[in-house]
Amino acid sequence: MSSITTSRFDWIIILLFLALVSIGWLNIYSASYVDNVESFFDFGNIYTKQLLFIVLSFLLIVFILAIDVKFYERFGSIIYIVSLVSLLGLFVFGKNVNGATSWYNFGAFGLQPSEFAKAATALAVAKYVSDIQTNMSLFKDQLRAFLIIALPALIIIPQPDPGSALIYAAFVFPLYREGMHYIYLLLGFFAAALFVGTLAIGVYWMVSLVLFIALILFIINRKKRPNKLKYLTIVLACLAFSFSVNYIFNNVFEQRHRDRFNIVLGKEVDAKGIGYNTNQSEIAIGSGGWFGKGWTEGTQTKGNFVPEQHTDYIFSTVGEEWGFLGSMLVVILFITLIIRILVLSERQKSQFARVYGYSVAAILFFHFFVNIGMVSGIFPTVGIPLPFFSYGGSGLWGFTILVFIFVRLDSGNYYYT
Amino acid sequence: MRKILLLIIVLITGLVFTGRLFYLQVYNTSFQARSESNAYKVMYDYPQRGYIFDRNQNLLVSNQPSYDVMVIPREVKDLDTLEFCNLLKIPKEKFKTILKKARVYSPRLPYTVVPQLTKEEYAYLSEKMRKYNGFYIRKQSLRDYQVDHSANVLGYIREVDERIVKKNPYYQNGENIGMQGIEKAYEEELRGVKGVKYIQKDRFNRDIGPYLEGSFDTLPQRGKDITLSIDASLQKYGEELFINKRGGIVAIEPKTGEILALITAPNYSPKLLVGRERSKNFSRMFYDSISRPLFDRGLSGEYPPGSPFKALTALIGLQENVVTAQEHIACHGSYNYGGRKPLGCHHHKSPLDLVGGIAQSCNTYFATVYRRAIEKYDTPQEGMNAWHDHLESFGLGMYSGHDMPSGRKGLVPDADYYNRYYRYPKYKWYATATISNSIGQGEVLMTPMQMANFTAAIANKGWYIKPHLIKHIDDQDTIPSEYTKKNYTTIQPEHFEPVIEGLFDVYNSGTAANLKVPGIEICGKTGTAENYTKINGVTTKLTDHSTFVAFAPKDDPKIAIAVFVENGYWGSRWAGKMASLMIEKYLKGTITRTDLESYVLNGNLEPEYAKPYSGIPFLINQ
Repeated sequence: MSSITTSRFDWIIILLFLALVSIGWLNIYSASYVDNVESFFDFGNIYTKQLLFIVLSFLLIVFILAIDVKFYERFGSIIYIVSLVSLLGLFVFGKNVNGATSWYNFGAFGLQPSEFAKAATALAVAKYVSDIQTNMSLFKDQLRAFLIIALPALIIIPQPDPGSALIYAAFVFPLYREGMHYIYLLLGFFAAALFVGTLAIGVYWMVSLVLFIALILFIINRKKRPNKLKYLTIVLACLAFSFSVNYIFNNVFEQRHRDRFNIVLGKEVDAKGIGYNTNQSEIAIGSGGWFGKGWTEGTQTKGNFVPEQHTDYIFSTVGEEWGFLGSMLVVILFITLIIRILVLSERQKSQFARVYGYSVAAILFFHFFVNIGMVSGIFPTVGIPLPFFSYGGSGLWGFTILVFIFVRLDSGNYYYT
Repeated sequence: MRKILLLIIVLITGLVFTGRLFYLQVYNTSFQARSESNAYKVMYDYPQRGYIFDRNQNLLVSNQPSYDVMVIPREVKDLDTLEFCNLLKIPKEKFKTILKKARVYSPRLPYTVVPQLTKEEYAYLSEKMRKYNGFYIRKQSLRDYQVDHSANVLGYIREVDERIVKKNPYYQNGENIGMQGIEKAYEEELRGVKGVKYIQKDRFNRDIGPYLEGSFDTLPQRGKDITLSIDASLQKYGEELFINKRGGIVAIEPKTGEILALITAPNYSPKLLVGRERSKNFSRMFYDSISRPLFDRGLSGEYPPGSPFKALTALIGLQENVVTAQEHIACHGSYNYGGRKPLGCHHHKSPLDLVGGIAQSCNTYFATVYRRAIEKYDTPQEGMNAWHDHLESFGLGMYSGHDMPSGRKGLVPDADYYNRYYRYPKYKWYATATISNSIGQGEVLMTPMQMANFTAAIANKGWYIKPHLIKHIDDQDTIPSEYTKKNYTTIQPEHFEPVIEGLFDVYNSGTAANLKVPGIEICGKTGTAENYTKINGVTTKLTDHSTFVAFAPKDDPKIAIAVFVENGYWGSRWAGKMASLMIEKYLKGTITRTDLESYVLNGNLEPEYAKPYSGIPFLINQ
């Protein structure tokens, strides 16, 4: 192993990581402590367990940083395959927690392989894309890359854990960065817009809207003699998609999924029922004001009004107890971390490290975007954790591995020059 | 583009989140309130309501515990409905409706099933209650009336309604507030200040301990006891005299303005408005639009004052210098002022001076004086306004400023009033058009409270203190300063002497000569007020109201009194008798004229009141 000095690690990322983990732990403490606790060192306490996870994650970091840079590129595929196997194994050995079979059980602790699969998939994608024979502008290679991404997602969906599977959509960003046609992004965007639009205003209004826009565009561009067949195809595709969304939403989705969308789209306001989580979370965040109620002083947090507050809804504690200023600090820390990783990725000499870095940034961003969007009530309820904040060993270690492999790759960047 | 797209999206997301968080946390403050409403509950510690005493420290009102059967619908289990209904003595259907309402209100919060059990019911039920899951008995404090008179003075308390809660943030649903009388007037003193405890709640609305270690909690402050100027025995006696009659008595101590008795009839026992029968009793009285027991005739009944007003006409005449006490004015059985019909008078000797005019209640005398007083000025308008100002200085035609929450202004017309009435300047009017005012008929209206007050002002020879019921408030050295301040009339003190002589002669030789009280020098004036009502749209004259004002003793007045008996015919027939009995009762403590007393006690005017509603023609003034 080559001699590496610590000065080659990107200390900005490390400090941001430490800041997020410590603030996260403080909030888990506040969200889970009860007044009449016996002992801080009782491992029945959620916050004590999380502290142990954090300490163990430091060991993990040392381990990751000690391994040779080349290891990750060389063994990327193998790690990926191991990860797929561990996901498949859940169908046999998995333990059912909250209706999802996504855990291996080891006595008091459990492991959630889907949290580690993200890093493995990122390695595999980076390895495939950076392969000298791969050209991301070719459809054949795009298809293979999609396959690599879709495999773990397809295994995770029927567990069922559609939230975790959704994260794999983040990989379109590194692929786009590496030369994939922007039409995929646009397609994705339009599909999402049609999807939300159809649900929000109803299929018939949406169809009318699509036809109206098509007509306007056609009239505007008629001097350029547009291809009528192409036009018709696109319009028909849009209409078909709109109708199928309507069909899928009403016939394939389960009621709880429908409810989540309806709440965010403002179609159903039911504070005590299905919209309870989001509503309570908004109340908790909103009651924080400028400066918050102070650490462990949150009345909503203390009264356990927000369900799952130490896991997916941990940001509502931040909002209530640290106020607008504290929430902004957390948002800024996350954005700085993501941007720092993006900027460093662009600086990488090796394409592998760049694709990997982009994947890390995109995954972190998706988690950040979906989670805070959900907790603050502008995104449907999708159960995914906030990186470094939410309670859970697997999640924390998954993100630690994800980020610190990049830190290791980045330090290698200098090594090779 | 490829290099910066994700970067841009990240930054845009950051901005969107900043906006969203700003909206939730800073811009939209409703979340703070919603957090408060679900994160802690406020518990109140209710202090005892203050006691009420009369002027001799007799306890009138105290408190008693009351017991309500409550239910928490969620906790109701294995209920034997029939057995429980029999125990509570309520019909099964009613019980089911209540339970349904309770469930709709909230499955977790207590709801009243049966309010205000009696002590006996409580003793009986409290043992058996344990058997019924979800039901319990809540203790509350209610008013305990020690007397069954003075209901109009004391007023009552009742549960606040939505309107009050909205208007006054101190009150919460389920709390009590004083609604009438003293309970309303001194609500803030009597109720005290409730203590507040903040209890932290969890999401199931369960208590999880005091909020912030109780640092915001406050202790309750006991309600203050209040001493009234009412003399309970006089009040009680007055109410007894008024049995089967309608009207009011107001008795005032002239030197202090303290109200000694404030009687309205028909009255009711204050005990009727406590307990389970409360709402039944209240609606019965509230909807009794004929005898109107909730209407305080002493404070709010506006009547033509009748002849007692002549004393004021005399005083204004003397002050305006249009008559002297010595001048004799002739009366020929009526006063002819050129109208269609002369102002009639009754048979008496003639001519009369001022003292004789008052004693004999000569209409002609006062019509003459009134006309002179108005015509002294260049225009009838000026004369009318001067006359109006004199009367206002006696507290007439305006709110008396007493401390009860109800009352009326009465009416003392001024020039504007008649200008409007006669459509001046299209039509002109002169003193003769308003001549009936001179004898307390015409447009003048007064409440018995105002009549008692001007009597007190005459007794004091030119000043009065605003009548009031408050004598002492616990922990307070003084009562409001407006109840110690002398208000002077526009009449010079020396003019009162002949008028008081005249009022004294009413008892000596005049219209109340047969009502003398041995050993007490009383000054008074009878009154007989014509009145009308509408029956099927036809204005019909009813039997005259019997009025009387008096004060005694003549040289050191201790009581000024106004008595008003609806349709009691002439002044000394009912009102005069009652006034003399009240004065004797107050000054001597015992009644020597027991024949007179039993005559009044047994007198019944109900047949008189039934006449207009009988639907058949009837005779009046029999």
